[in-house]
Amino acid sequence: MSTMLTIKDLRAYYGQVQALHGLEFSLNEGSVTTLLGANGAGKTTTLRAICNMIRSTGNIEFEGKSLAGVSTENVVRLGIAHVPQGRGTFTNMTVEENLQLGAISRSDKKEIENDIEQMYGFFPVLKQRYTQQAGTLSGGEQQMLAVARALMLRPRLMLLDEPSFGLAPLIVRDLFGILARINREHKVTILVVEQNAQLALELAEKAYVIETGRIVMSGSAKEIANNEDIRKSYLGY
Amino acid sequence: MELFTNQVLAGIATGAIYACMALAVVMIYQAIDHLNFAQGEMAMFSTFIAWQLMQWGLGFWPAFLLTLVISFVGGIVIERALFKPLTNAPVLVHVAGFIALFAILNSVAGLTWDFTIKQFPSPFGSSGFLGSQLISTHQAGMIGVTLVLLTLLFFFFRYTRIGLAMRAAASLPESARLVGINTSWMIALGWGMASSIGAIAGMLIAPVVFLEPNMMGGILLYGFAAAVLGGLTSPFGAVVGGFLVGVFENLVGTYIPGVGNELKLPIALALIIVVLVIKPSGLFGRAIVQRV
Amino acid sequence: MSTVQDSVSQTAAGAAASKKSMTIGTIATIVVLALLLITPLFVKNFIIFQMTMWLIYAIAILALNILTGGSGQFSLGQSAFYAVGAYTAGIMMEYMGVNYALTLPAAGIICFLFGFLFGFPALRLSGVYLALATFALAVAMPQLLKLGVFEHWTGGVQGLVITKPDAPFGLKMSQDMWLYYFTLFVCLVIYVLAINLLRSRSGRALMAIRDNPIAASAMGVDLPMYKTLAFGVSAAFTGIAGALGAIVVQFVAPDSFTIQLAIAIFLGMVVGGVGWLPGSLVGSAFIVFVPNVAESISKGLSGAVFGVLLFAVIFLVPHGARQIAYIIEALFQRKSKS
Repeated sequence: MSTMLTIKDLRAYYGQVQALHGLEFSLNEGSVTTLLGANGAGKTTTLRAICNMIRSTGNIEFEGKSLAGVSTENVVRLGIAHVPQGRGTFTNMTVEENLQLGAISRSDKKEIENDIEQMYGFFPVLKQRYTQQAGTLSGGEQQMLAVARALMLRPRLMLLDEPSFGLAPLIVRDLFGILARINREHKVTILVVEQNAQLALELAEKAYVIETGRIVMSGSAKEIANNEDIRKSYLGY
Repeated sequence: MELFTNQVLAGIATGAIYACMALAVVMIYQAIDHLNFAQGEMAMFSTFIAWQLMQWGLGFWPAFLLTLVISFVGGIVIERALFKPLTNAPVLVHVAGFIALFAILNSVAGLTWDFTIKQFPSPFGSSGFLGSQLISTHQAGMIGVTLVLLTLLFFFFRYTRIGLAMRAAASLPESARLVGINTSWMIALGWGMASSIGAIAGMLIAPVVFLEPNMMGGILLYGFAAAVLGGLTSPFGAVVGGFLVGVFENLVGTYIPGVGNELKLPIALALIIVVLVIKPSGLFGRAIVQRV
Repeated sequence: MSTVQDSVSQTAAGAAASKKSMTIGTIATIVVLALLLITPLFVKNFIIFQMTMWLIYAIAILALNILTGGSGQFSLGQSAFYAVGAYTAGIMMEYMGVNYALTLPAAGIICFLFGFLFGFPALRLSGVYLALATFALAVAMPQLLKLGVFEHWTGGVQGLVITKPDAPFGLKMSQDMWLYYFTLFVCLVIYVLAINLLRSRSGRALMAIRDNPIAASAMGVDLPMYKTLAFGVSAAFTGIAGALGAIVVQFVAPDSFTIQLAIAIFLGMVVGGVGWLPGSLVGSAFIVFVPNVAESISKGLSGAVFGVLLFAVIFLVPHGARQIAYIIEALFQRKSKS
C-alpha cells in the first residue's frame, strides 16, 4: 500500500498567529483516518493547510507531488476533495446545480450525468429535492449534499471537516456508513476531522490526536478507542 | 390621462438607456461585490473606439462587433493589470482605484478625440416607431436590444457551465475554489463581460446624447440608481429598475412644478434612497442574511 | 477569521512599535508643528494662501476619518456639508454682519444638525448603499443651491462674494498670514478634539461599531445613537472647514462644491491612511498639490497623470501614509537594536 499523503513539519499561520507547530503524519492509500482533538487544536487548520487555503510552511506531498505553492483550485483538481466546516453548500442554487458544480472541473459530460445518478442512488433524499434550493434543506441533508458534491469530483482523497456537526447521532451513523462504503467500493482515501471522537473511531482504521497544533498521539483507531487515559485526557469521554 | 401615458412611454424609452447601463453595473457587482465608478467611462471609451473604427471605414455592424471584442479583452486586461493587485486591499482602496481609472479614461479620451460633440449613427434610424410620435425607431431598438441582452444573460447564467461557475464564484468564492473553480479568472471574465455590455450601452446611448468624453456622467448615476432600485443581485431587477427610473424621472419633470432638468437627477436619487431605506436589497434583490 | 487576523497582527505590531513610536512620533510632530508655525514668515502670500487651503482640506479629511475610520461608515458626500458650512459663513458675514470668527461655531452647529439628520436614514444603509446615498447628496447639493427659491440668500448661480477680514488688534500682518494662523489654530483645536473623541468611551464605541456592528450592539452599544452622532460630528467639522474655506477664498458659489470635492476629500483620506489622523495632512497635500504637479507634467493628460499617480500610491502603499509611517518606525527600531 503506497502513501497517498505525507505531511512533514507543517507550520500554519493566521496572520501573525501560528496555529500549527510542526505537524507530521501520513495517510496510506485506501485508508480511513481520523484526526481528533478539542476545539481550537488545529484540526480545521490542518485541512485548510493541505488545500493551501492559509499560509503555511513545511512539506506536503500528495501522491509523491509537492503541493507547495499550488493554488487551492489546482489542489482540488489534483484529486483532493474538501468538505469544509459548515458544508460550504451553495445555498442559493439547487441541489442539482450543487452536484454539477462538484464536477465543474471535469469535462466528460456523459460520465458526469452517470455520477449524478449514482449520487441520487447513494442519497435518495437528494433525488427527491433535486430542484430545491440547497439552503432549504435540513442540516443532515445539506451534509449529504456536501459529501455528494465532493464525490462528484471523483476524488482520490477526501477531507471532511466535522461532518457530524449539528447532526443527530442516527444521521451521523448513516453518513459514516456511506463514507465507509465509498471507501470500500470506490477506493477513496478518507481523512475525517472530528470533535465527536466516538463515532469517528468506529469509522476509521487509524487515528491521530492533535493538541495545540501538534500531533500528540497516534495509533490504530481500536487502540485509541480502548485506551481510557487517552480518551479522558484528549477526547473528553 | 393621455399626457400621463405619453410620459410613461417616453420614460420607458429613455429608461432603456439606464437599463442597459444598469445591466453592466450589476454584471460587475456580481463578479466583484463592488460598484465600478469607472464603468461609464469604460463604456464611453468603447463607444469612441467604435466611432474611430467607423471613421476608418468600417461599417456599423463590423465596428460594433469588433468593439465588443476589444471591450471584452480591454476589460480583462484592466482587471488583471490594475485591480487584481488590489484583491486584498480594503474596499476604500478599490474605490480609489475606480476613481483613478475614471480620471485616466476621461483624460485620454479627451486628448485623443477632444471634447467637441460628435454624431454617432444609429443602426435603427430615427424616424417614428410604427408611425408614433413618442418613440423613435432608435428608442424601440434600444428597448429591444436591452431585452435581448437580458435574455442572453439569463440563458448564459442558467444553462451554461461557465455561467454556473461564475455564479458560484460570486456567491461563495471559497467553496467555488473547493470545486476547482479558478475564482480569480472568473472575476476577470466578469469584468470582460461587463465591459462589453457597457460598450453596447454606450453605443446605444451615443446617438441620443451625442458622443463626447463627459457623456456618461449622469447616465452612470442613473444606472447605479436603477441597479440599486432593482436589486444589485438581479439582472432582471436592473432592467426593470432602469425603466422605472426613466418613467419616474419623466413624470417628475412633467408633473412637479419648478423641477427643471437640473433637479431631475437628485430627485431620482432621492427616490432610490427612500426605496433603500424601506427595502435595502432593492425590489428584486435577495436579502443577505448575516451570519453571526 | 480575517478580523482576528487583522486585529491580532495589529496588536502585535502596535505593542512593539508603541514604545519607540513615542519618540519618533513625538519628534515628527514637533518638527511638523515647528514648520507649520515658521514657514509663513518666509514665503509669499500666495504660498501662504495655498498652505491655508491645505490645512482646511486636512480638517475636512480628518472629519471623514472620524466617520469612516472611526465608525466605519462610508461617505462620498462630504462636499455637501462643506458647502453648507461655507454658505453659512457667507450668508452670516454678508447679510447679518456677523464677525467671521463666530461663523465657525455657527457653521459647526448647523452642519452638526444637518449631518445628524442625514444620519437617521443612513442608519439603514451600509457599504455600497451608503456610498451611493452620500454620493447622491453630494450631487444634489449644487443643484439645491442653485434653486430659485433660495436665490435671495445664496446669490443663485453667481454665488456670494465675501469680504476678507483683517488681522485683529491692528497686528502688522497681511490678511493671508492672519487667516493662516487663524486656520492653524482652528486646525489644532479640532485635531485635539478629534483625538480625545476617539480615545474616549464614545470613540471606542464607534470603533467597536466599525469592526463588528453585531457584536457591538450585543454588548450594549447604542448603534443608532453612535452612528448618527458620528455623522453629526463629522459634518460639523467639515462645515467648519467649509466656513474657513469660504472666508479664505472670499467667495462661495454652487459649482465650487460639486461631487469632485467629495471625491477629493475621500481620496485624501485613502492616501493619508484611513483612521490615522496625522495622515489627513498628507492626504490633503496630495489632493491640493498633486493635480498641479500632474498639470505641469502634461497639460492635456493631467487627469491621466493624476490617475496614474493615484494608482502608484495605492499599489505601493494601500494603507496610505500610515503605512509609510509604520515602515519608518520599523526601520528606526531595527537601527536602534543593532
